[in-house]
Amino acid sequence: MSDAETNVGSDTVADSSARTESAEEVTETTGRRTVDEPILQVDDLVKRFGGITAVDGASFQVERGTITGLIGPNGAGKSTTFNCITGVYTPNEGSVVFEGTDITGRDPYQVANQGLVRTFQIARELPEMTVLENMMLAPKNQLGESLWRSVAPIARRDVVEQEEELRERAWEMLEFFEIDHLAGEYAGNLSGGQRKLLEMARALLTDPEMLLLDEPMAGVNPSLEKKLLSHIHELQDQGYTFLLVEHDMDVIMNHCEHVIVMHQGTVLAEGEAAEIKANEEVIEAYLGGEV
Amino acid sequence: MSDASETIDELRAKVTDNDLPQWATDLLLIAAFVAATFAGFAIVGLLTGVGLNETVGFMRLVTFFAAVYALVVLALNLHWGYTGLFNIGVAGFMAVGVYTMAILTASPDGSPAGLGLPIPIGVIGGMLASGLVGLVVSLPALRVRADYFAIVTLGFSEIIRLALLSGSLRSVEVGGTEYGTGGGSGISYTPVDSVIPWLLDVPGIGFVGDQFFAIGEMAGIQSSIIQSGLYTGVLIAFVVLFYLFLTRIAYSPFGRVLKAIREDELAARSLGKNTDRMKITVFVVGCMLMGLAGILWMGSQSRVNPDSFMPIVTFYIFVALIVGGSGSNTGSIVGAFAFAAFLWQGPRFIRSIVRANVDVRSPQTVYDAFLELASGDPLPMLGYVIGTLDELRFVLVGVVLIVLMIWKPDGLLGHRKELAAATDISRRPTATDGGETDE
Amino acid sequence: MSTGHGRGRLSNLTPQEVVGGLLLAGIGILVLDLVRLVVTGELPLGRLWSYTWNGIVDSLYIGLAAIGLSMTYSILRFANFSHGDLVTTGAFSGWTVAYLIGGLGVADLSSRLLLRADGGAQPGSVGMDVLSAPIAILVGLVISAIVTILVALAIDRLVYRRLRDAGGIPLLIASVGVALALRYLIAFVYTTDTRIVVASPPQPELPAAIQSVVPMETINLHEATLVISALALIIGVHLLLQYTKLGKSMRAMSDNKDLALITGIPTERVIFATWVIGSGLAGVAGYLIVLDRGQITINLGWFLLLLIFAAVILGGIGSIYGALAGSLVIGLTINLSLVWIPADLNEIAAFTLMILVLIFKPDGLFSGVETA
Repeated sequence: MSDAETNVGSDTVADSSARTESAEEVTETTGRRTVDEPILQVDDLVKRFGGITAVDGASFQVERGTITGLIGPNGAGKSTTFNCITGVYTPNEGSVVFEGTDITGRDPYQVANQGLVRTFQIARELPEMTVLENMMLAPKNQLGESLWRSVAPIARRDVVEQEEELRERAWEMLEFFEIDHLAGEYAGNLSGGQRKLLEMARALLTDPEMLLLDEPMAGVNPSLEKKLLSHIHELQDQGYTFLLVEHDMDVIMNHCEHVIVMHQGTVLAEGEAAEIKANEEVIEAYLGGEV
Repeated sequence: MSDASETIDELRAKVTDNDLPQWATDLLLIAAFVAATFAGFAIVGLLTGVGLNETVGFMRLVTFFAAVYALVVLALNLHWGYTGLFNIGVAGFMAVGVYTMAILTASPDGSPAGLGLPIPIGVIGGMLASGLVGLVVSLPALRVRADYFAIVTLGFSEIIRLALLSGSLRSVEVGGTEYGTGGGSGISYTPVDSVIPWLLDVPGIGFVGDQFFAIGEMAGIQSSIIQSGLYTGVLIAFVVLFYLFLTRIAYSPFGRVLKAIREDELAARSLGKNTDRMKITVFVVGCMLMGLAGILWMGSQSRVNPDSFMPIVTFYIFVALIVGGSGSNTGSIVGAFAFAAFLWQGPRFIRSIVRANVDVRSPQTVYDAFLELASGDPLPMLGYVIGTLDELRFVLVGVVLIVLMIWKPDGLLGHRKELAAATDISRRPTATDGGETDE
Repeated sequence: MSTGHGRGRLSNLTPQEVVGGLLLAGIGILVLDLVRLVVTGELPLGRLWSYTWNGIVDSLYIGLAAIGLSMTYSILRFANFSHGDLVTTGAFSGWTVAYLIGGLGVADLSSRLLLRADGGAQPGSVGMDVLSAPIAILVGLVISAIVTILVALAIDRLVYRRLRDAGGIPLLIASVGVALALRYLIAFVYTTDTRIVVASPPQPELPAAIQSVVPMETINLHEATLVISALALIIGVHLLLQYTKLGKSMRAMSDNKDLALITGIPTERVIFATWVIGSGLAGVAGYLIVLDRGQITINLGWFLLLLIFAAVILGGIGSIYGALAGSLVIGLTINLSLVWIPADLNEIAAFTLMILVLIFKPDGLFSGVETA
């Protein structure tokens, strides 16, 4: 543990100076950011619930355009970390920087509007809304989300026009995930795997920069899992960044370029999949700890 | 209730056999339901000897109450049915609207005195006041759990009623004039339905009105009855306006976010929706509509007191919404009508039928009724039941509520697909198919 | 509804703490003002004492009812809007039996059975006070609990059991239906008239020893009966919860239903016990309120319901001791507030306190303090 901490600590110092530099670059280039700047930077995150410290000084970063895996035994603090990053919880200490912007403690909707969108461990579909309604909720900057534009006679024309565009995008996304045949179904009637697909499709319609997927393969059957993974790779090629919490080691080892291992609320190790596989501390945490 | 549900399904099957947009078929559905009910009451009334005048009077009452309830139920549907805001302080928000209107329009010479402003200003002022109180309630309350929210809104509603009732606000002297709420005896004001004669002076409307009076004269109906009938017409016009307004909200991205808040607020927030702002907006708008509905409800009277805003009023509204199916604007109107016709005025109609056919006298107590029943005479018991019908009506309302929650929580028209989008998303348009109709 | 996105990382104070602090400061100022009023003689000690005593009396019957409401809220997980009408049920059933026994041979059966619905059987002539008819009043007390328990169990079987997994809001709505049906069934039998059913209370002079401690010269025996019965029942519930297996199961379930399921506590049995204790106490509360106030009406419990809710919320939902403490706060609030505000605003003070607590301190005023 102490090794891991010093390790993480030195990383943090180096990275924070790197971040200031790259932040300057961003202001200069005004547009696409430099490729080597991490898209997400988490520093010394601490989250306590009463007397329990669920996340205890976790620090890591996610490189742009990668699929990064976040693993760890049950109770390692993975989901709490996700919740702190996305604003569901406010961390007690530490900072979260996304795309050079400090988003620590921001509300979930603000985090999402920054381009960092998540899915949930247990899919949060909107059960009494159809799949297509679920999808059409997602896009950002909808004119019709203003009350008066939705109601006022002339302004509504623009809303209807935009809705037609959104409908087309939603259909395309549903086709991409091959669930377009379910468009008119209530989301609550979908199978567990289909819900996971819906949730991811829905998240993508917000035009995010980066997706946080909390156990995207849980409850998904093998053929669907294969499909989902190929979708993720396809999306990676389109420039999306992924951070996923996953229990299935095969998924992590075969599909993630970079792996972060959490244990007892801190980052135990990080590196390439092969390095992690060989790391004794990780093996210890998994075999010796509560698996 | 399942009978009514089947009837509605049949009606819907009949009226949806064409290509009209959903809101148009829904309006037809409501009209058909109302017509069928009234035809039923007319036939039963005539066959059982209730008499034409009483049957017509009964229908008029039902129409009036159905329209008034529809207004409030539609507003509540925006809060609860759409957004999932469990507001059980409806009576309080109505009270704020009515009292503000009353104070703005009451005569400056009255006791308590008002400002003597014109009715439209009073109505708008009342709506704004309800909205303002809604804003004050919603800012802190929207973050608490649903059941806490319910208790907070009920608490607010009771605070408003008790404040109106209290002696401290009964009469406040401002610049030599006694303003105030009038405490328990209430406040008198200019009735809203006094706009009817004014409306009749407007050229187009006046012509239509004259026709009504002419037809009425031929049928031998007094002009005062026609006038109150016309006020019911104004109420129905407002129901249509409410319906169109709320349906537009329902079929829009705004309505979609509201539904998402109801289903899973965190999911909506995680998709970048500022749900707090939208909840406050929708709560304030709903409260304004409640205030307006209250004003229109009390509009045919000239005096209001706090007893009209007991918490029970809120629960009537809830029963009507649940009967119709929360989440559906069409269901809201059907529920309001069903409540007014069957639960509210229906038992009184039964009383009329019984009184028209049997010579009943009500014994003083249920004990006496039982004694006579035991001695073989069921009429006193019938008389007692008829005499206590106003109480038994509450039992009926309670039982219907329980039965619905156990066996049909979606009501008559709940749980149907009213897709929240400003364009047709029920099927995928072909690539060339561009122009969609509005709604 | 809340997603737990509290701010407060920048400033170290959460809104909860700020409002909690303001509340405490407000109470502190009021206490200081109370001292000032007493010292300057603007508020005679006798009046302060009678406000306090009335506050204690009110808090005891509110407390009896609040225990049941808190238990059903935490164990059955819904806000039971029919709880007030269980209070009413207890009042009517108990006093009916008291009249049947106490008025035997004095008044006719009809007036006794229907609690003077026909205007007969004057409470004075029947002798409806604790000295003239102690047995009748005691039997009435016991019956009020028994009948209310039976009614509550029947309602649970007919309504709430079918909705066990339906969630808080459907159950809440159903309980409103139950409240209406129950109240107006009572009205069907007893009529909606408000009437006096208890004779004026005997007021013997207090012994000099007690008079030197409290500023009272006489004691209202009906109030004394209320205080003693309520305290005895509260102590009984305390012993039950602390020292019996059933009581421990109930406390476990009120903390966490799932946990209780795993550890194998018979859930339905605990629910049964919840209704028995909760509705029994509610029924007794209704009976004692009538003893104290003298009159009975079908709206008795319904009008009390929001105050009972306020007590439960103030104490923190699920905590029985909290509910009692909350009742004391509410009882004292509605009486001591009379020092500053007119009597028709005192409930507004109580409801405002309830709303502030719900919004800013939803775990109750005493959260953080370990209770049951």
